[in-house]
Amino acid sequence: MTLFKSVSRIPYYILLTIEFVFKKLVFRCHMCGQCVLQFTGFTCPMRCPKQLRDGPCGGTRENSHCEVYPERKCIWALIYCRSKLLGRTRKLDVIQFTIDWRLKDTSAWINYVSGRDGQRAFKRNLRRRAALVPLEQ
Amino acid sequence: MKASSNLEKVLSSGGFAVTGELGPPKSVDSDLVRKKARLLKGFVDAVNITDNQTAIVRVCSMAASRILLDEGIEPVMQMTCRDRNRLALQSDILGAAALGVKNILCLSGDHMTLGNQPDAKGVYDIDSIQLVRMAAGMRDEGKLLCGEELRNTRKSELLPPRIFIGAAANPFAPPLEFRVLRLAKKIAAGADFIQTQTIFDLNKFKQWFSRIVDVGLHEKVAILGGVMPVKSHKALVYMKKNVAGMAIPDELIQRMEQAPDPREEGVKLCAEIVQQLRDIEGLRGVHISSVEWEKVIPQVVELAGLLPRPAIAQGPSAESPSP
Repeated sequence: MTLFKSVSRIPYYILLTIEFVFKKLVFRCHMCGQCVLQFTGFTCPMRCPKQLRDGPCGGTRENSHCEVYPERKCIWALIYCRSKLLGRTRKLDVIQFTIDWRLKDTSAWINYVSGRDGQRAFKRNLRRRAALVPLEQ
Repeated sequence: MKASSNLEKVLSSGGFAVTGELGPPKSVDSDLVRKKARLLKGFVDAVNITDNQTAIVRVCSMAASRILLDEGIEPVMQMTCRDRNRLALQSDILGAAALGVKNILCLSGDHMTLGNQPDAKGVYDIDSIQLVRMAAGMRDEGKLLCGEELRNTRKSELLPPRIFIGAAANPFAPPLEFRVLRLAKKIAAGADFIQTQTIFDLNKFKQWFSRIVDVGLHEKVAILGGVMPVKSHKALVYMKKNVAGMAIPDELIQRMEQAPDPREEGVKLCAEIVQQLRDIEGLRGVHISSVEWEKVIPQVVELAGLLPRPAIAQGPSAESPSP
């Protein structure tokens, strides 16, 4: 922990830039600074216009497109589809913790390692999983 | 009893609950709220007050809820995450409870680009599931989201808001399989009742509900099916085209088109759907929403044979302070 505190700003910004470029290209990252990709089938939920991290809103169109941008696919339809492909649907029943907006535009990698993105809250959340719902029918 | 609201009493006594819906006016027309409220009195157990529905500015739901309380009708105050951050939402829950509101409905909210101020900044600080959990935390643990307790000073009494917490569910929007899990998440977060999206396609609804029954979620939460009387086939066509997350079968549109009196047919159709919903095992009530057509809700309730409503002491009780 102290190690990370003592890291001077320059290497931090280099790392931040690398992370930003990589995640922007691969995940179209929004730099919320508290990544939940591991829960959402490696698809960034912050791409949702309502930035929902717990599931789709009620406005998904019949063709699985977004109510706000009719030309785009609902990001949660994508998340569900990919989670299924990757066999990670069990990860979706976690109720996500509320976003800490202070971490916006900071490095999620460093926040993860240093525990600044609320690891404890995370574990608390894991205990509050929704009742087991068999998703694959 | 979590909130001892009328709606909670009806549901916990095993009754088939009926809730209505009232859209506050777009101007300072408090008489209109009173007029609409009086139409519904005695025909429904509680009335939803929409919160800037379809992202159009209206009288705020808390003020309209208080007007309803003065009229002796129980409101279900809708709260959306679109316009307020967690501070405002929590203070609104406290404020509403202080005014005597006993039911709230937690929603994500229609996106602002669909309303009359598309250039507004959306808040979406927390999502609807987190809002449900926050409200449940305030009620059950007496704690704010940050963990602080709801007391004025360290020694004073803990005074949590006594609220009955609702959430919404959409059985029709894809990804359909996810919808069951999302409902389960809302229940795990602490929802006491669920109001569904308007049902026109009964078969699709029954499919969804059978999945809910399979996993036993209907026992953990009271699910109210949403219905809506429509004035003409044009309304149905419009909704099918423009309102996302609606399933409307073509037969219904045809039936409405061929009807000699479409308004009467709309009421009849709605009552028929309510009757069929009553037959579904495990469904605990209906939510009748009508867009600016509140006066037919009593007709629907009567036609569906849901009268009289259980008489439970109503009106602004002694504990709710009058303004």
